[in-house]
Amino acid sequence: MSDFSFWIILQNLLLATRWTILLSLIAFVSGGFVGLLLLLARVSHSKTLRVLSIGYIELFQGTPLLMQLFLFFFGVALFDIEVSPWVAAWLALTFWTSAFLAEIWRGCVESIPKGQWEASESLALTYWEQMRYVILPQALKIAVAPTVGFSVQVVKGTALASIIGFVELTKAGTMLNNVTFQPFLVYSLVALIYFALCFPLSWYSKRLEGRLNVAR
Amino acid sequence: MSLVSIRDVRKSYGAQEVLKGVSLDVGRGDVVAIIGRSGSGKSTLLRCINGLETYQAGAITVDGMAVGDGKTDLRTLRRHVGMVFQQFNLFPHLTAGENIMLAPTVVVKEQKGEARAMAEALLEKVGLAGKFDSYPSQLSGGQQQRVAIARSLAMRPTVLLCDEITSALDPELVNEVLKVVEQLASEGMTLILVTHEMRFAREVGTKLVFMHQGRVHEEGPPKALFANPATPELAQFVGHQN
Amino acid sequence: MIQQLNFGDLLPYWDVFARGLVFTIVLTLTSTVAGLALGTAGAWARTFGPKWAGAVTRVYVEIIRNTPFIVQLFFIFFGLPALGVKLSEDVAAFIAMVINLGAYSTEIIRAGIEAVPKGHLEAGASLAMSRWEIFRHIVLKPALMKVYPALSSQIVIVMLGSAVVSQISAEDLTYAANYIQSRNFRAFEVYIVAAFLYLLLAIGLRALLRGIGRAMFPKG
Repeated sequence: MSDFSFWIILQNLLLATRWTILLSLIAFVSGGFVGLLLLLARVSHSKTLRVLSIGYIELFQGTPLLMQLFLFFFGVALFDIEVSPWVAAWLALTFWTSAFLAEIWRGCVESIPKGQWEASESLALTYWEQMRYVILPQALKIAVAPTVGFSVQVVKGTALASIIGFVELTKAGTMLNNVTFQPFLVYSLVALIYFALCFPLSWYSKRLEGRLNVAR
Repeated sequence: MSLVSIRDVRKSYGAQEVLKGVSLDVGRGDVVAIIGRSGSGKSTLLRCINGLETYQAGAITVDGMAVGDGKTDLRTLRRHVGMVFQQFNLFPHLTAGENIMLAPTVVVKEQKGEARAMAEALLEKVGLAGKFDSYPSQLSGGQQQRVAIARSLAMRPTVLLCDEITSALDPELVNEVLKVVEQLASEGMTLILVTHEMRFAREVGTKLVFMHQGRVHEEGPPKALFANPATPELAQFVGHQN
Repeated sequence: MIQQLNFGDLLPYWDVFARGLVFTIVLTLTSTVAGLALGTAGAWARTFGPKWAGAVTRVYVEIIRNTPFIVQLFFIFFGLPALGVKLSEDVAAFIAMVINLGAYSTEIIRAGIEAVPKGHLEAGASLAMSRWEIFRHIVLKPALMKVYPALSSQIVIVMLGSAVVSQISAEDLTYAANYIQSRNFRAFEVYIVAAFLYLLLAIGLRALLRGIGRAMFPKG
């Protein structure tokens, strides 16, 4: 057991980190895509679409990500389809991410002053033209900082995929702990690697936010 | 027949009635100045004319189109009714030129080249030739408001609504905006202005409307009205202002 | 073929669900109180406290906010015993929750403190109040009032995050669900019910926090 030197532990953790990064990226991109559709439904003039999107957001923001992972993992199996932890984790993180991003982005859309709506309305733009040419371009600028900020939550969220057996950073840590019996060292390293992934994102998000406030 | 006809319009926010039966006729080429205390309903009336606000009773028609009856497409109406706001409401992510080109290219589907030429001509008209590529944040308040006027002119409106367009400006910037409006008036543009600029209302207006507590309290030729107010309220208002 | 859903097999386990639910509620309420206290202290350290305390708090906040809760939990439960600190599942879960909420609420409350107008502080100083008195009597309440909605959302997020404590065998709602599905093999149905209970908890918690907010800040 003592063969597991510090460097071997670190090397194994770093190898597993690839999967944390990949899952984060995929979940963030697909979550962002679904989130955009959800946002458009949430701010549309159709009451049905609005109610449906509110329900969706409530559901995925009001239940633990862990439950969502379990439900996708065991739920898809009901259709007699073999689910890999990959697919279950990807699906759950996508839905979860989309709900939060849609809400963040809705806040950005709603922070655009009413005068912008009125001026573009007075120029005879349709609702979607107002969105496309006036509101969304401005909202996008405000949205960058909180969106980067939320990417930190996605990276941390991927840690839960370890519970359904997806071997990423946290799961690798648990496995290494089981063979090395060095929990303090292993989990310190795991935390350190997460910190190295997340801190730059947090820092960048904060800087963007600061810059935006100065620009106003 | 009048270009803009307002018949017995009533509007309330909840229990509070802000327009208590307003009637007004505006002919082609008229320059109507609406004055009155804040809360007298003048801005609300203006915003009803292009459908930014709805009203509960009465009727408004612009160039034969009924406003707010649910049948007339508001977009069609707004292609003929321009609006300039107190807070300019320029689109901050677009340059001055792009602000002006937006509606012609998106709504009317004009060619980019044509729209650009018109935008440049309009900027020149409001005295801002050379500011095409400036962003709103790089312009003074007076310049922003002149861009906003140019923006609404780009749709070639038959009537232009101005909602306290100099109220948010520093005093030294008021005149450059009023000059543009005066020029529009001299070219025969139909204008309806809510304003606090009494001198401007008297010199440029063809009709003065004094609103008081949700009603048209007095209306007539500006000079006559300023000289001989018929009601104590207008007398007090004018006296207070001078 | 889609399999038949069968919720009937869950009924015999209602008491397991109930025990898990109570555990999650108690864990959430106790750690919220302690976490907010820690967050208030942290926010004080970051704004009114001595420089060294502010620096230490900052490091604490950044570490917690940039690592997953589950790793914090594992570190406390599995890692600390290596240093001779042995904790029970329940205590480890409680401490992890408090530390986590403490870090987030430090940041939230700090933002509220920084939004208090400078003039108020100067007015307090002109009345010969000490820095602590200014913090205690002039700054804290408006700051908390301003960020109360953000704090409420964070508390709900932490409550939902508590599902992870099942992984160190703290017997919460998720632990109950895991236990039941290992007995009756109705995983999907069990987790549907558990998710639904969490949803109710989230809605109930939000309503409770709204009520408390109204009582504490009558004008807000």
